[in-house]
Amino acid sequence: MSHRVKHSGARVDFDRPLAFSFDGKSYGGYAGDTLASALLANGVRMLGRSFKYGRPRGIVGAGPEEPNALTQVETGAATIPNLKATQVELYDGLIARRTTGWPTLDFDLKSLCGPFSRFMPAGFYYKTFQNRTLWPRFEHIIRQAAGYGSAPEEADADTYDHRHRHAEVVVVGGGACGLLAALDAGRAGLQVILFDEQNEMGGWLLSSPNTVIGGEPAAQWLKTIIAELRSLPNVEMLTRTSAFALHDMNLIVAVEQLQDHLPLAERSETKPRQRLHRVRADRIILASGAIERPLVFGNNDLPGILTASALTTYLNRYGVGVGKRVVLQTSNDYAYQGACDLANSGCSVVLVDTRMRPNTAWEQRAHVAGVDVRPGYGVAAAQGGRAVKGVKLVKLDADRNVMSGEGPTVECDAVGSSGGLSPTVHLYCHDGGRPYWDEEKLAFVVSATGRAAAGIYCVGSITGTFGLQAALAQTQQTVGEVIASFGKAPAQETRKIETDEPEATPARRIFRVPDGKAEGHGQKAFVDFQNDVSAADIHLAIRENYRSIEHIKRYTALGFGTDQGKLSNVNGFAIAADALSKSIPEVGTTTYRPAYSPVTFGTLAGPHEGDTFEPRRYTAMHASHVARGAVFENVGQWLRPQYFLKPGEDQEAAIRRECVATRRSVGLMDASTLGKIDIQGKNVREFLNRVYANAWTQLAPGKCRYGLMLDENGMVMDDGVTACISDEHFVMTTTTGGAARVMSWLENWHQTEWPDLDVYMTSVTDHWATAAVVGPKSRQVLEKLCSDIDLSPGSFKFMDWREGTVAGVPARVFRISFSGELAFEVNVDASYGHHVWEALMEAGAEFGITPYGTDAMHLLRAEKGFIIVGQDTDGSMTPFDLDMAWAVSMKKPFSFIGKRSFARSDTAGPNRKQLVGLLTDDPSVVLAEGAQIIERPDASLPVAMLGHVTSSYFSPELNRSIAMAVVRDGIQRRSDDSRKAGRDVLFAYSRGTTHKVKVVSPVFVDPKGERQNG
Amino acid sequence: MFVLFCPHCQEKREEEEFGYGGEAFRVRPSTPDTVDDETWGDYLFMRSNPKGWNWELWSHATGCRKFFVVKRNTATNAIAGSWTLAEGRKVYDAEGGAQ
Repeated sequence: MSHRVKHSGARVDFDRPLAFSFDGKSYGGYAGDTLASALLANGVRMLGRSFKYGRPRGIVGAGPEEPNALTQVETGAATIPNLKATQVELYDGLIARRTTGWPTLDFDLKSLCGPFSRFMPAGFYYKTFQNRTLWPRFEHIIRQAAGYGSAPEEADADTYDHRHRHAEVVVVGGGACGLLAALDAGRAGLQVILFDEQNEMGGWLLSSPNTVIGGEPAAQWLKTIIAELRSLPNVEMLTRTSAFALHDMNLIVAVEQLQDHLPLAERSETKPRQRLHRVRADRIILASGAIERPLVFGNNDLPGILTASALTTYLNRYGVGVGKRVVLQTSNDYAYQGACDLANSGCSVVLVDTRMRPNTAWEQRAHVAGVDVRPGYGVAAAQGGRAVKGVKLVKLDADRNVMSGEGPTVECDAVGSSGGLSPTVHLYCHDGGRPYWDEEKLAFVVSATGRAAAGIYCVGSITGTFGLQAALAQTQQTVGEVIASFGKAPAQETRKIETDEPEATPARRIFRVPDGKAEGHGQKAFVDFQNDVSAADIHLAIRENYRSIEHIKRYTALGFGTDQGKLSNVNGFAIAADALSKSIPEVGTTTYRPAYSPVTFGTLAGPHEGDTFEPRRYTAMHASHVARGAVFENVGQWLRPQYFLKPGEDQEAAIRRECVATRRSVGLMDASTLGKIDIQGKNVREFLNRVYANAWTQLAPGKCRYGLMLDENGMVMDDGVTACISDEHFVMTTTTGGAARVMSWLENWHQTEWPDLDVYMTSVTDHWATAAVVGPKSRQVLEKLCSDIDLSPGSFKFMDWREGTVAGVPARVFRISFSGELAFEVNVDASYGHHVWEALMEAGAEFGITPYGTDAMHLLRAEKGFIIVGQDTDGSMTPFDLDMAWAVSMKKPFSFIGKRSFARSDTAGPNRKQLVGLLTDDPSVVLAEGAQIIERPDASLPVAMLGHVTSSYFSPELNRSIAMAVVRDGIQRRSDDSRKAGRDVLFAYSRGTTHKVKVVSPVFVDPKGERQNG
Repeated sequence: MFVLFCPHCQEKREEEEFGYGGEAFRVRPSTPDTVDDETWGDYLFMRSNPKGWNWELWSHATGCRKFFVVKRNTATNAIAGSWTLAEGRKVYDAEGGAQ
């Protein structure tokens, strides 16, 4: 049976039929429909089963408030779970399916629980799964039965855009007030952005086309104002754009749906599906309106029971008559227009007004339209199985919300209820604003002046100004203030906009319609449909002594889910207040947090995914590495070769080959990524003395020194080699990952503590390319490319640097070593990096020069016991813990950063963890990094942990495993230390086995340093 | 995410351009080697951490790389102003230091 009511006021195009499918069945609709309106037009009532009890559920609302009609739209990579059918614009070929009902919609396993629902009270899961061993057994079944939709299993094929922007005025909501606000601000010359989440501007006026505004029907008024707004170049109107968050300092975040309303075949692959707008607004005008909340009564969740405003919207905006025999129930005036419209469309309408005395003007209009008005009654319970078939009325007491007598049963096929309007205050509250309870309006509202000092203004229903004429007047006045706050004047004088609404009369303060029974003994009366929270559940939570509304929410799940309680929260607060014998303001609201309505992760991520997830830094030699089979790893955004694979090799073989070649002949490593800071000025030496543990006063030009940088707690935070270029010019190197942090650290000390020091720092990391030529043949390789530096051991010593020409380009050559081998680090302008690298490869060919990556670098340095800050240290290691007292000068006059902390009791005390080497008894065993060090092999749990392995490798040079570890009192345990011999045997628990280890010096290869000095 | 005014660039910019530098106007003991453990410990670890107005150090990390001070309300994120270190010090002292 078609429920279409074709009329000229509808916002659907009856000349453009569309085909779609739902749950595998084909249906027809029209352009302008939502999936919800099209389903209702086709008589589809039941769209799912409820979360907990498996009860039949249908569409309740007409917008973001919808709790039940969650649908999975499209399939494969394009699938989107949990879209509200009320927000899905219909397009040709749309495929959707329900997200609940298991195994089938008609037979839902959970519905069997219905009769036993007393055994599934609020807090069911907390109570049942107190015994945690039960959960794993039932989790799968519960999740299958309780889920909403399924996550996509394929990668998202769509792209998303981010737009960062500024605006003088952002207006949220394109209803009557929002449009008027944008118009007045736009006319005054302000730069305005207007957001509305619907497919067209108009808000409630689209549902109420017969309202007369300024002497003309709403539809005509809208047409005129939208046309003028379009003509203003300083006003931007964005439809299908939901402002979902308001953050500190007027940052409005909105998502614009660019393509969701188009058939899949018509969507552009080159354009984004959605765009995120992040707008910094000087002023924000919230005209976000209100959402009608239903009344709570027995069986109020039957399909066919909607909010009164939704029924009205489906009729007026979409041309859909949900039922022929309609019962409306209201506590206020708002349902009357809808009642008249429904009656005029040919429905029989019974309007149950819970008030003793309805608004006489409205009552008259209703009578003229043929509406049967029943004052003083309420709907105690609805009747029906899978759709509503009738309602049982009760007579209400005039003063108290109790039943005063029986009422008739009215047959019907649709019910609409109105418990009043709940202002959409969400955005206002996101950054700390709180709404207040207006006992007259029966709503949580915000003040019209909003937070003007912060630039946030509110107009219309959000302020509790529910009457259209009053709201428009308020908008004009408020926007006048906004314009004045810019020092501008309104473009024209305020004109009074009249409407045809009768004067409003008070609503009845009622949330739960009585049925003459104690709560929990009558028919289930739902507050929150999506989470199956009934009025009785809230009473139970309170009986179980939950008092705070935040706790009641979490215990019952009131207001959770994709609708975030847009229909249920106020009813829940009010029912809790009654049960607690408190006032509603005393109970208060739960916290409103972004997002107002669900936003897809793709939109939040925007372009920051895949290749553009984060910046990548490439060294000048990158192409050379790629050509030689490098496997890269990310280090502080840099792509560094980890190892170079030759045909037939695996990672282990490649590392071994690279290490052997470097120790026996010559290797080449790209060290460009090390942080480099150029420091100049009269006081550089003093500055270095303060920020490093070492002394820098004596370092002559042409010399380098390894430095340990400490934090003020005396712990090692970075290390690197600094070269003296001249008395007033040094170049510092830092670890690759620490470069930015060190730069900021130095600047902080210079600017905040020692601004008197004449020091200038520049990051030159990217300016230089560095090739480390490493190994016994390195001098011979370099000699072939460099004629103006004397490379002989007598003239160019370890820890010297020289300026000269390498491969025809200017270079700084440092004789430093991170491998323990004779090594030269060639620094050239990054533009020459590739050239010099290739020249070195060519020159070294006769020696079998071998490029090596970070894996071989780590292994080579571990063989020498050189630390990697952050791997062998963890922010709790002093230089002394690392046995590096040689890198600390306690004689410097200025108390350098960290020095004083050496004397703190814990730092100076015994039992500190110290860096040592470990040799396993079985030389083939490579301990796991992180392996725990213990005293005895047979210890029973719990066992005291003496330390852990920080670095562990199989050394090709020694043909055995080696490890570095931090161990309590480790230095004194070392077998090479004569002071405390005999404590050097410990045990390491690694990968499930306990291994005997010997504590030794961490310098495993060339302890005297003959190679690097040679 | 808020907006900060850099007193050096004379520009209002998004927070993502800046780096937080902790509480402002902490004083390093002038002769660390002679202060007792408690004084040194206070300097190292103790912060006022107020709910309300707080003087903070920020650096314009992707801009001029200068450090400056901001008086920010930690409860509301309201910002009373931002100043260069020297100017901020004057205002801070005029207000009687940390409150």
